[in-house]
Amino acid sequence: MEKTTKPGRQGPDPETLLPGSSSLAVLLVVFTAVSFLVLFSIVRGGVGHVTESEGGRQAFGPADVTGVDFDHELLPGTEEAISGPDDGNFLVPPPPWSESGFFPCSECHSEMEVNPEHRVLEEMHDDIVLKHGPKDRWCLDCHNPDDRDVLRLVNGRLISFDESYLLCGQCHGTIFRDWRQGIHGRRQGYWNGGKSYLLCAHCHDPHAPAFHTLKPLPPPVRPQFLARAAQEEVQETPDE
Amino acid sequence: MIKDIVSFLTGSARIAVKGNRAFYAWIAFLGLICLWGLAAWWNQFHNGLITTNMRDQVSWAFYIGNFTFLVGVAAAAVMLVIPAYIYNWKPIKEIAIFGELLAVSAIVMSMLFVFVDVGRPDRVWQLMPIIGTPNLPSSLLGWDVMVLNGYLLLNLLIVLHLLYTGFHRRPYSRRFVVPLLLFSIPAAVGIHTVTAFVYAGTAARPFWNSAILAPRFLASAFCSGPAILLILFQILQRTTTIKIKDEAIWKIAELMAYAMFLNLFLFGAEIFREYYSNTQHLIHTQYLYSGVHGHDALVPYAWASLTCSVVAFLLFLIPATRKNLVTLNLGCVLIFAGVYIEKGMALVIPGMTPDTLGEFYEYVPTLSEVRVGAGIFAVGFLVFTLLCKMAIPILQDPVSSKSA
Amino acid sequence: MSEKTLDRRTLMISAGLTTMAGISAAASGKSAGWVERLLKRRFVELSDQRREEILAELEASCRHRYGRDDITVGDTRAMDGVEFAYGLDLSRCIGCRRCVYACVHENNQSRDPQIHWIRVLEMKKDNGIDFAESNVYYDPEEVPEPENFYLPVACQQCRNPACTKVCPVKATWQEPDGIVVIDSDWCLGCRCCMSACPYGARHFNWTEPTIAADEINPDTHVFGNRPRPKGVVEKCTFCIQRTRKGRYPACVEICPVGARKFGNLLDEKGEMRYLMREKRVFVLKEELNTRPRFYYFFAT
Repeated sequence: MEKTTKPGRQGPDPETLLPGSSSLAVLLVVFTAVSFLVLFSIVRGGVGHVTESEGGRQAFGPADVTGVDFDHELLPGTEEAISGPDDGNFLVPPPPWSESGFFPCSECHSEMEVNPEHRVLEEMHDDIVLKHGPKDRWCLDCHNPDDRDVLRLVNGRLISFDESYLLCGQCHGTIFRDWRQGIHGRRQGYWNGGKSYLLCAHCHDPHAPAFHTLKPLPPPVRPQFLARAAQEEVQETPDE
Repeated sequence: MIKDIVSFLTGSARIAVKGNRAFYAWIAFLGLICLWGLAAWWNQFHNGLITTNMRDQVSWAFYIGNFTFLVGVAAAAVMLVIPAYIYNWKPIKEIAIFGELLAVSAIVMSMLFVFVDVGRPDRVWQLMPIIGTPNLPSSLLGWDVMVLNGYLLLNLLIVLHLLYTGFHRRPYSRRFVVPLLLFSIPAAVGIHTVTAFVYAGTAARPFWNSAILAPRFLASAFCSGPAILLILFQILQRTTTIKIKDEAIWKIAELMAYAMFLNLFLFGAEIFREYYSNTQHLIHTQYLYSGVHGHDALVPYAWASLTCSVVAFLLFLIPATRKNLVTLNLGCVLIFAGVYIEKGMALVIPGMTPDTLGEFYEYVPTLSEVRVGAGIFAVGFLVFTLLCKMAIPILQDPVSSKSA
Repeated sequence: MSEKTLDRRTLMISAGLTTMAGISAAASGKSAGWVERLLKRRFVELSDQRREEILAELEASCRHRYGRDDITVGDTRAMDGVEFAYGLDLSRCIGCRRCVYACVHENNQSRDPQIHWIRVLEMKKDNGIDFAESNVYYDPEEVPEPENFYLPVACQQCRNPACTKVCPVKATWQEPDGIVVIDSDWCLGCRCCMSACPYGARHFNWTEPTIAADEINPDTHVFGNRPRPKGVVEKCTFCIQRTRKGRYPACVEICPVGARKFGNLLDEKGEMRYLMREKRVFVLKEELNTRPRFYYFFAT
């Protein structure tokens, strides 16, 4: 025990600590002060560097989105649907306008005379503006004149509206092939089993087939705003 | 034997806590900063790393930068060991132990910085071999943890042996210490190399993905570590009876000048490659030195760092300023600041800005991060102070210095 | 043999720590499988029986946390002879972000702070693919804008993933069907993988994730959309909970323009192989040799 206290006695002399090394002490103080200043200027700087541009300030979730069915159910029968490009059968939802009140077309058209003339429609269907291919395209190129409830292929074969892809495929051969293989268009179901396809007309209005524009869902939150609320909470927490 | 160990422990603990008013004031100051940092960390622990300004875009930043810097400081202990034990150069030999002490404290700090950076501090034990599942040999962070712990152990062994034998006034065992010291040289190079490889192996970040990153790390470390020691030696010269010759200090300063030259040369080589080849990858360097699209948070610091390094290099290169106390200390401070900014901010952050998908998120640390960082530095200084406090009386004891 | 010894160890330790087990179980269900953790055994290394038990624990804790008793946690394994791949038709994508939100909905990403696994980059047609000039925060009234095209990026499920090899604790790996997964009970949160990923595909839970109980998708997979704790990394898993049961990923089904394609790369007749034969595909950052299973193509 005596030994242990002995080295302590030879410890530094308190009187020599400051006067002898004043230049050193000043430098150390300056260094500490500068480093603190630098660090605090950095911390302060953060506020000014927030990007002040639109979007990305608020966190939106799927629940804030209306008009998109994230919980969509599969079309009945999808699981058992025959799949594969060579089967020739596709499970598709009912064609568009099925429920719109227009169909069946024959309800009006069976009473009317067929008018093959290229003209501006005034009484009915005046909302249809043809924007599809050459200028001389006309209704009866696709719609069957004698029975409006079906469509007519170039070879004269009549097809129902839920086979309309055959009609589109007459011109759009490569896209039709891609669609059959599942490369063009939206599919739902099983990658290794039954799936449902959409008809061309579900996405492309046959009269003006360019895909329509959409309102994009909200942008992600910018990192600066990721947790502003949480951050403020943190800042307010007392130190001790 | 057990009695000896007990008397060593109680005795050195007593030495460590006994001091004058200035000593207590220093300890109290550090203690307060520790508490200040601890409070911030506690908050971070509860709220998650959201208390930092790190985000997915810049997912490593202030903490990892400090970690990198401190690994460099730890590696610098070798700077003193090489001349002391390889060339048996007397003036440095007596003070090499302070390098070891510094290494121990720096490793403690760097490991604390990793600890506060992980999202799940409750799972860090998984990094340990035998009890955890370290992903070796493929994970460089896994290796880094291994080598850092190994280096800590190695330095602790040397330091404890020297202190223990010194305390009991026995000559230390050369057979035990010298091989360990020699081994600590490659180990020091190893820890900083592995740390550099953590970055350099990341092909996704072209700013880091450079073969000369490890040499640059070593060169800058060999400046920043001794800078702290030079200041410490002057304090020791004035406050204790330990003989530290001025030549030793000048020699170290000269070695630092060479290291800084190498550092600046490698930096220049990197800058040449970036700007001359002028690929898309240049954008990170541009962000650092000139700003891109008005994003320029780091520009002043990058230039300050470069200026500090160049001025310090000149101060240490010219014998007159090297041997002048004021300019020498100015040089130390400049080097420390220069390398701290270079490693702490100018390496990690521009490597991640813009992110891999080209997004600019200008990271700056939050107050909480700075507090945690300050707390860790305070812990490190506390460890270093207490270790030095134990070592000083033993070193200035005539018996142990004769036998050494 | 080693299986047996390990089981005995499990038994011994759990017997020795019965009291602790009681306390821990009472405290919360969070620490599922803590005995294994003490024995440094990850979920994937466990016996089927232990996996079942841990899944039950996880399920109970999720149900407790969100007050819903319909949440299930599965561990459906990879199918034999399946390697997943993804195709994305850049000539179709209009940048509407339906996929982003369908993904959040399906995979229980945190709503606040927000995590999005899919990031849709708006790029200038004049520049071509140039990440440096891209923008993810675009918000015009309508998309697509004529001068822009859109490049959605999520995990590329690389064959040579940069992220898994840097993980210091083996918490992330590539499954036999090619999906790169994370065990969020093992992840340390060191974010090495986030540094290593060239596609920004990994996301961190900077704080406790929040999801309203009625928004939870109850059908979860242990390595997929199971609600994550704070402090761990998460990522796209090709909807592992769906695709391992044969379903398409959520983003494929929601895409209004059908730009997203998914299938088995080993199926000669499958849509992925057709796509790769008939179209020209490319991958992002091919120079990094990550060899993604996520192919971009231009159908027209």
